Amino acid sequence: MSGLRPLHLRPNVKWSLTMKTLCFAAGCLAIATPALAETPVLDVLTYDSFVSEWGPGPAIEKAFEAECGCDLRFTPAGDGAALLARLQLEGARTEADVVLGLDTNLTAAARKTGLFAPHGQTPDLSLPVPFTDADFLPYDWGWFAFVHGKSLTAPGDFKALAASDLKIVIQDPRSSTPGLGLLMWVKAAYGDQAAQIWADLADNIVTVTPGWSEAYGMFLEGEADMVLSYTTSPAYHLIAEQDDSKAAAVFAEGNYLQVEVMGKLAASDQPELADRFLAFMLSDAAQSVLPVTNWMYPAHVPAEGLPKGFETLAQPAKSLLLSADEAEALRGPALDEWRAALAR
Amino acid sequence: MARRAGTLTALALAFVTLAPVAVVMVQAGGRGLTAPDWAALRFTLLQAVLSALASVGCAVPLARALARRRFAGRGALITALGAPFLLPVIVAVLGLLAVFGRAGVVNATLRGLGLPEVSIFGLGGVVLAHVFLNMPLATRMLLQGWQAIPAERLRLAESLGFTPREVWRHLERPMLRAVLPGALLAVFAICLTSFAVVLILGGGPAATTVELAIWQAIRFEFDLPRAATLAVMQVLACGGAVGLAGLVARAPGFGAGLDRLHPLPAPPGWRRGLDAAVLALATLFLAAPLLAVLQRGLPGLLSLPASIWPAAAASALVACLAAPLAVGGALALALGRAQGVRWLEPVAMLPMAGSQLVLGTGLFLIAFPFVTPARLSLPVTVLVTAVMSLPFAYRILAPAAQALVADYGRLAAALDLRGGAALRLLVLPRLRRPLGFALGLCAALAAGDLGVVALFATETGVTLPLAISRLMGAYRMDQAAGAALVLVALAFGLFWIGDRWGRGGTEA
Repeated sequence: MSGLRPLHLRPNVKWSLTMKTLCFAAGCLAIATPALAETPVLDVLTYDSFVSEWGPGPAIEKAFEAECGCDLRFTPAGDGAALLARLQLEGARTEADVVLGLDTNLTAAARKTGLFAPHGQTPDLSLPVPFTDADFLPYDWGWFAFVHGKSLTAPGDFKALAASDLKIVIQDPRSSTPGLGLLMWVKAAYGDQAAQIWADLADNIVTVTPGWSEAYGMFLEGEADMVLSYTTSPAYHLIAEQDDSKAAAVFAEGNYLQVEVMGKLAASDQPELADRFLAFMLSDAAQSVLPVTNWMYPAHVPAEGLPKGFETLAQPAKSLLLSADEAEALRGPALDEWRAALAR
Repeated sequence: MARRAGTLTALALAFVTLAPVAVVMVQAGGRGLTAPDWAALRFTLLQAVLSALASVGCAVPLARALARRRFAGRGALITALGAPFLLPVIVAVLGLLAVFGRAGVVNATLRGLGLPEVSIFGLGGVVLAHVFLNMPLATRMLLQGWQAIPAERLRLAESLGFTPREVWRHLERPMLRAVLPGALLAVFAICLTSFAVVLILGGGPAATTVELAIWQAIRFEFDLPRAATLAVMQVLACGGAVGLAGLVARAPGFGAGLDRLHPLPAPPGWRRGLDAAVLALATLFLAAPLLAVLQRGLPGLLSLPASIWPAAAASALVACLAAPLAVGGALALALGRAQGVRWLEPVAMLPMAGSQLVLGTGLFLIAFPFVTPARLSLPVTVLVTAVMSLPFAYRILAPAAQALVADYGRLAAALDLRGGAALRLLVLPRLRRPLGFALGLCAALAAGDLGVVALFATETGVTLPLAISRLMGAYRMDQAAGAALVLVALAFGLFWIGDRWGRGGTEA
């Protein structure tokens, strides 16, 4: 096993306490090396909620390790945007073999780093739009939507929402990926009129939060009638809490997609293992875990179908998605437009 | 006695806070500051100035009432003043919303009376939240000032038959002149880097802070020099405030006392009623959101996942390591400053204005070529939380250290009392109360700090704030509210232990 780096051999690296423990650990390391060197390590850089005990991480790690004869290690790094920043900080020296958790609004910037290698796979995807990308493979996806209580009659599009006196909470596109998704949604649906839509929405927006959790928490506390989230959010309440009081609004313009993708790093010292992991993530074993842990649709519907409860979710007839390059090009101007319209 | 220790600490502190900024600054890229950045700076300064004035303005009558009145529950109230400051920001905001929000108590009452509702969102809401979070801290800092007035001056005032107005003029006003600038400065600096409160309660992109621009620059644009430039702007703003506070502050010149206990004069009549009203209003304002947090979190306590407890232990460990480090450094700086090394003061305040994100990014860039960041998780967390809480410890210790050197410096020099002996015989006994308060506060801050840990996070070494954010990210808001109570209890427990030691069983 020539490609192994000694840093990876200490099992379950926790916290190094003092010089004493460091030296002690180094001693253990020297002893442990021959035995552990047989197990290759696959490093996956991902976002924080993926590895949490409620996320897909633990189940996926268990299932993949059972068949790969390797040690799968997740390194958590904030959310999707923080993940990309982390990768750019590490650059070519990164120890990660796979990055998992970018979305299509970030893939152009990720590709520009030149760190990713083509995945070379032709998976059978069940996305609502055609999707091909030589470097990035989707593993799950969802429609952005405004979530509300069922007692509310939801507006049918952005114009109806703006004309209503409903209060909404959204996320800031400068600090959160759903916020950026909404920015792209309005831009994809309205193009040059996007600024006007934002100006009309201004009196409906209670506030703009830094991340998804704050906005969703405020909505649950009754601070707003609707919150920007996903059409799959009601599934959490239904399946995990047996609460069917939440619904998601389908908009006539179409609902924008968030497609979560993963990619293999060109500098990986475990390229075969990385390929196996990418393929595994699209296998039934992994895909059946995602809907009830990440609360998103699987990129490839497993043989057993979607979990019970997903059939109750709202299904937008029309899906919007800008290409990675369009999203990258539009982000700056759309952001200026958004800021100018709402700051008034 | 401590000039060299102070200088060395200051150099180390300056290195730890400035080297990461420099490293971030010299990275490739950089498109300079834009018009929205200047707008963000204006709003940041405006809200920080207003928040500082409002917080300290409310703290003066409250601290005075606490200093001169004795009533049942006074000790408990003083201890409870630590609580708002220790709440995780999102929890505090949800607590405030439960009172002042659309579905809150205030608006429900207004609706019931047929009156128009009030909205908490906007500049007013930002200032309100900052007053809720920081007024208690300012009150504690001012209370220390009242308690530091030597009993001899109070007895003299009494025997001279001072009226309350004369007590104000000759004792309280000079004391406040020494303590107020520091308290204003502390609150200003906290609000300068406040991020989530401003964004959540600001109501839209018009309420944007420099810290948000830094986030955007690092996370979405990966424009590191721009982030560093913004961080430097923040430091300069704070530096200006430090300079201003230094110009205004004057030592009260009370001279040394014999540490006898003597109560402050408690004037009867309308002043008694006024103090009672101040105490009642402040208690109501602070307690209502706290009770909402408690009520919201209690059900979640029953369904907490087992992983909360190792996370709580990790947070407690960070706190116990970081607090002595921060207080030790702050003590060296405060004593050095008191002995006339003036430049120690701005250095001690430096971390308060520093951007945590830039600090973390810089440390990451420094460490990454040499070692896997995840292996540095604990040392970096301890170092950064210690550095970030040091200015608070400094602000608490500085006035007391100043008085110590003024009152006992010559005696110590005459006795050639130096080094460990001076620390044991003079500094620790004389500064026990502020030291205990600072230790408690730093430990609590360290327990509640999420900050830069994100870049150095490991799969397993989860701290309590991170566990809470993971629960919220996984829709589990009830459990998150329960876990937040655990965090508050932990932070508060640590604070109480330090504070209790400092008060040493004497009447506070």
